[in-house]
Amino acid sequence: MSQDNHKTDKQPRRHGGPGGGPGIMAGGEKAKNFKATLQKLVKELNQYKALVFMVFIFAALSALLMIVGPKVLGTITTELFEGLMNKIRGTGEGINFDSIKQTILILLGLYITSTLLAYIQGWIMSGVSAKVTYNFRERISLKINKLPLKYFDQTSQGEVLSRVTNDVDTISRTLNQSLTQMITSLTTVIGVIFMMFSISWQMTLVALLILPLSASLIALVVKQSQKYFKKQQDYLGHVNGHVEEMYGGHVVVKAFNGEADSIEKFTGFNDELYDSAWKSQFLSGMMMPIMMFVGNIGYVLISILGGWFAVKRIITVGDIQAFIQYVRQFTQPVAQIANIMNIFQQTAAAAERVFEFLEEDEEIDETTNPVKNVAHNGNVAFKHVRFGYDPEKIIIKDFSCKVNKGHNIAIVGPTGAGKTTMVKLLMRFYDVNSGEILLDGHNIKDYTRYDLRENFGMVLQDTWLYNGTIWDNIKYGRLDATDDEILAAAKAAHVDSFVHMLPDGYNLMLNEETTNVSQGQKQLITIARAILADPKVLILDEATSSVDTRTEVQIQKAMANLMKNRTSFVIAHRLSTIRDADLILVMNEGDIVEQGNHQELLERDGFYAELYKSQFEEDFVETDELI
Amino acid sequence: MLKLIGYLKPYTVFILVAIALLFVQALTELALPDYMSKIVNVGIQQGGIEDSIPQAISQETFNHVALFMSSQNKEVILEYYELITSDSEHYNDYLEQYPALKREPIYVLVNDEIENNEAIKLTFGKALMAYSGIKSGGAQGNENFSPPSGFTIPEGADPFKMMQVIPESMRLQMLSEMDKMVEVLGESMIMQSSVLAVKEEYQKLGMDTDSLQSRYVLKTGLLMVLMALLSTMATILVAFIASKIAAAVARNLRKDVFTKIENFSNVEFAKFSTASLITRTTNDITQIQLVIVMIIRMVFYAPIMGVGGVIRALEKSVSMSWIIALAVIILLGMIGIVFAIALPKFKKIQKLIDRLNLVTRENLSGLMVVRAFNTQKFEEKRFREANENVTKTDLFVNRVMVSMMPIMMLVMNGIVLLIVWVGAKQIEQSSLQVGDMMAYIQYAMQIIISFLMMTMIFIFIPRASVSANRVHEVLKVEPEITDPENPTLFPKDFKGEVEFKDVCYRFPGAEENILNHISFTAKPGETTAIIGSTGSGKSTLLNMIPRFYDVCQGQILLDGVDIRDVKQHDLRDHIGYVPQKGVLFSGTIESNLKYADNDATVEEIKKAAEIAQATEFIEQKEEKYQTPISQGGINVSGGQKQRLSIARALLKRPEIFLFDDSFSALDFKTDAALRRKLKQETGESTLIIVGQRIATIKNAEQILVLDEGKLVGKGRHEELMRSCQTYQEIARSQLSEEELS
Repeated sequence: MSQDNHKTDKQPRRHGGPGGGPGIMAGGEKAKNFKATLQKLVKELNQYKALVFMVFIFAALSALLMIVGPKVLGTITTELFEGLMNKIRGTGEGINFDSIKQTILILLGLYITSTLLAYIQGWIMSGVSAKVTYNFRERISLKINKLPLKYFDQTSQGEVLSRVTNDVDTISRTLNQSLTQMITSLTTVIGVIFMMFSISWQMTLVALLILPLSASLIALVVKQSQKYFKKQQDYLGHVNGHVEEMYGGHVVVKAFNGEADSIEKFTGFNDELYDSAWKSQFLSGMMMPIMMFVGNIGYVLISILGGWFAVKRIITVGDIQAFIQYVRQFTQPVAQIANIMNIFQQTAAAAERVFEFLEEDEEIDETTNPVKNVAHNGNVAFKHVRFGYDPEKIIIKDFSCKVNKGHNIAIVGPTGAGKTTMVKLLMRFYDVNSGEILLDGHNIKDYTRYDLRENFGMVLQDTWLYNGTIWDNIKYGRLDATDDEILAAAKAAHVDSFVHMLPDGYNLMLNEETTNVSQGQKQLITIARAILADPKVLILDEATSSVDTRTEVQIQKAMANLMKNRTSFVIAHRLSTIRDADLILVMNEGDIVEQGNHQELLERDGFYAELYKSQFEEDFVETDELI
Repeated sequence: MLKLIGYLKPYTVFILVAIALLFVQALTELALPDYMSKIVNVGIQQGGIEDSIPQAISQETFNHVALFMSSQNKEVILEYYELITSDSEHYNDYLEQYPALKREPIYVLVNDEIENNEAIKLTFGKALMAYSGIKSGGAQGNENFSPPSGFTIPEGADPFKMMQVIPESMRLQMLSEMDKMVEVLGESMIMQSSVLAVKEEYQKLGMDTDSLQSRYVLKTGLLMVLMALLSTMATILVAFIASKIAAAVARNLRKDVFTKIENFSNVEFAKFSTASLITRTTNDITQIQLVIVMIIRMVFYAPIMGVGGVIRALEKSVSMSWIIALAVIILLGMIGIVFAIALPKFKKIQKLIDRLNLVTRENLSGLMVVRAFNTQKFEEKRFREANENVTKTDLFVNRVMVSMMPIMMLVMNGIVLLIVWVGAKQIEQSSLQVGDMMAYIQYAMQIIISFLMMTMIFIFIPRASVSANRVHEVLKVEPEITDPENPTLFPKDFKGEVEFKDVCYRFPGAEENILNHISFTAKPGETTAIIGSTGSGKSTLLNMIPRFYDVCQGQILLDGVDIRDVKQHDLRDHIGYVPQKGVLFSGTIESNLKYADNDATVEEIKKAAEIAQATEFIEQKEEKYQTPISQGGINVSGGQKQRLSIARALLKRPEIFLFDDSFSALDFKTDAALRRKLKQETGESTLIIVGQRIATIKNAEQILVLDEGKLVGKGRHEELMRSCQTYQEIARSQLSEEELS
């Protein structure tokens, strides 16, 4: 089987259809504030201004030298022609090879210099662009760890990822190519117009007249094709959406005999896609021939006019030749400038997104006077805590409780009740709206975040591990841990008992999807990681629903090991864990509705009791009030 | 790549038409430099006069010219001409054209056959050249036409008058000497200079040579525009055909692939993975579409153009072809070197970028862990390493690629200079004309460009063939599960009894069976629960009933009929299946429920939702049953998805319900209420439930305990608690002793 590029599916989807198509075609998005973004981008380049200035000069010079070429080459043709005519007429010296040789050598020098300048310019600009790109990425990476978690509630991972890759890439490509192309094209256009005027102003006017013709033709085609490109994008989206959906729900489609319907729907989308696909492809394919035709008309007009002028001895044959070449050189940069303008728009949009990200509000500043050298025991207290992710929607209204060191707190409630919110507040992933949370007698806001979090260890439902060895992943709990400590943690978490059955033992490299160890094994590794961190306060988000029974027993043992002598907050589904807790917080719809130990709560016969009983009730007993 | 060629077959005619049009395009495009060369050569250099043989010549001039040929040749030439005098029939017609006729008699060309008589043309040409040479050079003569030795023309004397008095024999001897000198000039030079003499003669005859010239340039220009138009039309038509064929092939491929995949069983899905199948249906086919356009428009065109260019260039000058060969070799060599340096790095860059993405993605997905463990610095270091690697390699590749354009330009320009230098020498030797040299430069460029275009083949084809192979892999799969040739039908009064008889299953390529000799019967009106640890095969077992997998050994019978003997469609008509992850499709809540039964009434839908405990959250939504469901159902929670999937299955009112761990995302309370309602409402249906939670399955009439593919326990909860060790283990891990008793 050939390689499958699953990876592409992970990349955030972006605009730009199949193959992207020429820049003008794609239309492209626009920056909200083009000018301001451009100014910021220029500021980024400020520290390289000497280099950029040099690049501009070199690019312009290189283009100018190239422009002089045809004119000089034209003198050779003239020389040849005149020499020949003299020879035929029998007058004069014939062809002067010395002067031709000299001119060729001059031209060679010109071309080589131009090439060198172009290359040096490219070399410098690649360097500048690499530095700018590197810095952008570096800053985004640093920023990720400084943003409040709140930001990521509203922004998907894909969006952030797309800034690191696509957006920064767009900027890089523009700096690398488009910027200097712009300089080169502008220089060429101006230079060529100048050269053309120097040969014949009448012919130049004719040549310039062709431009609006070609521009309006192209505008017409672009307008049409853009329509179909958009349609094509839409239908491609429909087809892709349908395909993703049907393949994703394949078993359901089959179970409900939905294949025929699905194929019919697909055929509809597919036919529409076909229609817009060939039209957009065709229309964009018309651009080149139309431009070439307009170019050829110009060519003929210039020839006719030139022929006439040559007869009148206004210009020489070499000049006609040079002029024709100028006309040819002229249309290309004009089209290029239009294209680059479009690329600039896209770049500005990309840069805007990057700047927006970099300018996002960071986490609230650390306290200027942090408490230090506190004896950490793991005493936690919530005092009149009030919180809502959205200040308009308070979900924790007034919560108070005191947790003594070594106690075990269970947080229970139906899914979506906001159990993890408590944890997030405790670790200062979010700040309370009012009230305070105390750790060992100090408001958690009075610690630096670093010091505060040093006290916590976390085992989450989402078993996050990174693409490294199992050993490295355990070490992640405390990066300066010794090998013995790591081994001890691994043993306590029962990692040691399975790790030797894996191909490379502790050195097994977890693959990118971490699919080469089982879910249960992953969970054990995260427990080992937390054990190694040796925190005063533990936070456990039980996640054993997809783990098989035997591993589950091990995980429970490992958890018990971990919880010894520590204050622990356990988000629990499993009632056996809950029953032994020192304090149970019962949450519903984001609020703590009851608290107490198992016995107390059962006696109260409230929400908890109902929740607890529902597990054991007999199926045939009709208890309508519960439904 | 070739495996998919069949998809092009229906369009063979169109492809042939496109190729024919490409020939038109190539020929017309190649003709353009020729026309330009004509404009320069004839229109400008020769004053718009093409003829080396005059259409008309005055009697006096002709007699002078005739001095430079033998009397025999003179007679031959005169046969083609008619002498017009004031007595002639067409005198008036000719007078208008040749005003000089008023003064003197004129020979007018009446027989065009002379154009075909190369020898006479050359003779005439040489004579004209000699005449004009003597005439303009006067007595001094010039290097080419110095009179033969021993024969001096006195100062001021009319050379022609003197020639006339020379005896024939001496004149012939003089002519043969002159011939020897002229031959060095070559034919084309002779013709060019005789054209000048013709032009002078025309002027003498009072013809408007200026308008002749502008008419010529205009005529050629018009032809050129026509050619350009033809070329444009051909190009546009090719673009039309190419985009249509490509889009049609893509459409057909997409449809075939999609239809094929819709008929895949779970085995084939597992073999490819869903993500890969999606890529194969969408991106890969789009790639193929693009490449087909490229192939028709460029890959077919490049060789036609290249060969055409070579032929044209050879026509202009054979001796300079080494320059073109040199250019092609240098350029291909350059590109080869650049790619040899850059290509491995390109591959590496992709890996490094993937790495950068991975590190970023990991940091993002582990935000809480990173902060909880205070490992921000560690993450930043990992990112920095990845970033440095990408930047370094990227810079290297960029710096290599940046050299491409300038170097290519340099080579092209260098080639132009070489052609000019070599061409100048040949012009000097009269083996080349100036216009031809200019055309030659253009042919050279065209040949080089078509070679560059051909190198694109090596970039496009491999990329396309990867895609084509991946698509082909899907198309060539023969689904393992197919309908029988002679399907039987289920009995009319279908009850829904499910019987497994010694069923074994092994995943393709696996070493061991995932299910071993499973036998049981699930009766209508009863609940059969399946429990076991992950990997015990419980889900596989369930998925065998709707034939998502086929048994390797044994039989599955529904009311006594082997499920492989009926059509899949009929089989699945009797089954209500609820997958583990609630799969919903984009649309509304209603459209999702109606997926089971398009004709369901509002009451039926509401009833199903109620049983599935979905009414509460549906009613809470503003648009109730019309609430939109986005793709993948991301706007509803996992538990809600499961409840909607259950409601969907209920609407089907099947005889057999299959629940594949469908209650896992529900809290205990909802789970309990749902199961209770379900039991009431499904009545005589057969319920088969795969579960993880003991609580969920405790009350089933029959519990099957699976362990590593073997059925290790069968019975009710109480029985199993006594007899089955695996069941006890599972129960203990979930419930406390107290609860168990």
